[in-house]
Amino acid sequence: MEGSAHPVARHPLDAHAPDVVRVLRDDGTLDPTNDPGLRSDEVLTLYRAMVRARLLDERLVLLQRQGRIGFHIGCKGEEASILGSAFAMRQNDWIFPCYREFAAALWRGMPLQRYVDNMFGNANDPVKGRQMPDHYTWKSGKFGSVSSPIGTQITQAVGFAWAAKIRKEDAAVLVYFGDGATSSNEFHNGMNFAGVFKTPTVFFCRNNGWAISVPTERQTASDTFAQKGIAYGVPGVRCDGNDLFAVVKVTRDAVARAVRGEGPTIIEALTYRLEGHSTSDDPKAYRPEAGLDSWRRLDPIPRLRRHIERTIGWTDAQDKELETELDAELKAAIAVAEKTQAPPLESLFEDVYGELPWHLQEQRDELLRGPRAKGHGH
Amino acid sequence: MPQMNMVQAINDALRHEMRRDSRVVVLGEDVGKVGGVFRVTQGLFDEFGDDRVIDTPLSEGGIIGTAIGMALYGLVPVPEIQFSDFIFPAYDQIVSELAKYRYRSGGEYPAKLVIRTPTGGGIRGGHYHSQSPEAQFIHVAGLKVVCPSNPADAKGLLLASIRDPDPVLFFEPKRIYRAAKGEVPEGDHTVPLGKASVVRKGQHVTIVVWGAMLYEALDAANQAAAQGIDCEIIDLRTLWPLDIDTIITSVKKTGRVVVVHEAPKSCGLGGEIVALINEKAFLHLEAPPKRVTGFDTPFPYTLEMEYLPLSHRILPAIIETARY
Ligand SMILES: Cc1ncc(C[n+]2csc(CCOP(=O)(O)OP(=O)(O)O)c2C)c(N)n1
Ligand SMILES: [Mg+2]
Repeated sequence: MEGSAHPVARHPLDAHAPDVVRVLRDDGTLDPTNDPGLRSDEVLTLYRAMVRARLLDERLVLLQRQGRIGFHIGCKGEEASILGSAFAMRQNDWIFPCYREFAAALWRGMPLQRYVDNMFGNANDPVKGRQMPDHYTWKSGKFGSVSSPIGTQITQAVGFAWAAKIRKEDAAVLVYFGDGATSSNEFHNGMNFAGVFKTPTVFFCRNNGWAISVPTERQTASDTFAQKGIAYGVPGVRCDGNDLFAVVKVTRDAVARAVRGEGPTIIEALTYRLEGHSTSDDPKAYRPEAGLDSWRRLDPIPRLRRHIERTIGWTDAQDKELETELDAELKAAIAVAEKTQAPPLESLFEDVYGELPWHLQEQRDELLRGPRAKGHGH
Repeated sequence: MPQMNMVQAINDALRHEMRRDSRVVVLGEDVGKVGGVFRVTQGLFDEFGDDRVIDTPLSEGGIIGTAIGMALYGLVPVPEIQFSDFIFPAYDQIVSELAKYRYRSGGEYPAKLVIRTPTGGGIRGGHYHSQSPEAQFIHVAGLKVVCPSNPADAKGLLLASIRDPDPVLFFEPKRIYRAAKGEVPEGDHTVPLGKASVVRKGQHVTIVVWGAMLYEALDAANQAAAQGIDCEIIDLRTLWPLDIDTIITSVKKTGRVVVVHEAPKSCGLGGEIVALINEKAFLHLEAPPKRVTGFDTPFPYTLEMEYLPLSHRILPAIIETARY
């Protein structure tokens, strides 16, 4: 590949580079070349899911600012990348998350209440209040367990897909990671193993322009992240990550390839982190507000809305109605989560091992007998 | 002397040494333009530029491996690992390479660098932003391990670490980054490695502690004093090689000892300290040495204040040891 004048999503116009798969035009119509042919009820369901994710992000940031939850890491601007790819996976496929894909977990059936419980770390949190907010798990939806250390899920997803292949079972695995994670040890291990063993893995790189304060040009000297596949014998494709239809198209193609036994694909979704890295981050310290406008114009939600306005005549009134409905649902979940008590003390010692060994029994008994700490709901 | 918090004192030490010694370079994730996620390196990029204050790609193995190479060349790298929980992708470089370079090359290639990394809990960080992995480095021959508890020591120990001939793991207790304030000597100020500090003199019970838990031990000691128990508190400062003389002198006086640390109990540094006391002062002991530590579980989120060995858990241990 020759040097490019538009390196890795350093500029919003990269989304127009010739190799980048795009379907949704600015006027809301679809380019038939790569149109995945979604039914209008599917599009509407995805639109609702994207709006729901946006609303959740906004409300959770507020809750954090009010001190009612400790942390949130959101996906504002990346909704099309996350939901389009999750949607494209079949029911028997699996998803290995990074930490920014709560919308995919909800798509896979994690009840909103469980997600909000995780945000509060209460007794009903799927991970029993053990991890930070936004670190959940949802196995019944074939959705993996969120971990903080960058890149670790990538090789695991390869192994999971490999195991399905060894057992001759029909399952592909989608693994999410960021542009920063392509520098991690596990990205390179994962790509290499997947290439050698032709595992049914879909590597999904959310290139959102930043790894906290570090821009993509400090992450790689490659022209694109998709191109990293060349070295590992893994085909790579870039898509407009703010275009729901393009994301569905390239992910479906990657799944089809995996299912045919042809092995992995790396997808680079060109998108943008419209907010700070998390509620702990102040992006004004390293990126000028002015640069955001061109990305805001590519916001995936208004773009999709233009489409449904054209196709099914979606109206402002319907948006209002949707917001009211989602808001009520979320308020109710928050009220329940906030009232739910903290996990019981003894839960601290459960699940460390399959069975409780003597030393943890001793430590548990010591904690239960001893005085209580100040500072949480006991 | 100016008042500073830990963040400012460490920043001051880095700036001082970078002005004095052009071989000193800082590298890590987000350490450059934005000055680190805890702002410890703030302003250094503007003063020293991109060649000496380097935002790296997201790879701890890459950071430490290249820092070792720079050190072999003759630079003095001070890499930052954003959280000590994220040091493990670099564990191979630290354990297999950094720690053994001098030895395995017959002394030809001493690899000298100081790895700074925030450590410890109490900031609602859950599993991966709270751990205290010091013992996992103490167990490796060839590494020195430091953990300051106040701004003046943070500056003095960091300067001493940078000038020390050996690789140093410099753990910064993030819970007290901004909470611990104090006067910090201007200009050159070093605190020798390997010397503990007796922060409270007492007759009845010795408490060995470091980092953020020092303040919990002080709180517990004050409460114990109200019950007539007079504690001596040793802030270890250098965790390895530790100041055995100060510990043994104190234990010979009190005959009773409580060791406090955030890290899990089993195979923690507390176990080693108790073993050393048994070897060197057994006949002076009036009570079994006690450990008050984190539990042998991953670090929790919601229940973190129950997990940490805070004063409410230290006080009963002091009383039990004193009354044994
Ligand atoms: C091994 C490791 N090192 C450092 C961190 C701290 N950290 C958390 S997120 C992040 C940036 C990740 O950027 P990217 O992979 O692009 O994902 P994004 O957050 O942009 O979605 C860093 C450095 C970590 N979690 N794990
Ligand atoms: Mg990113």
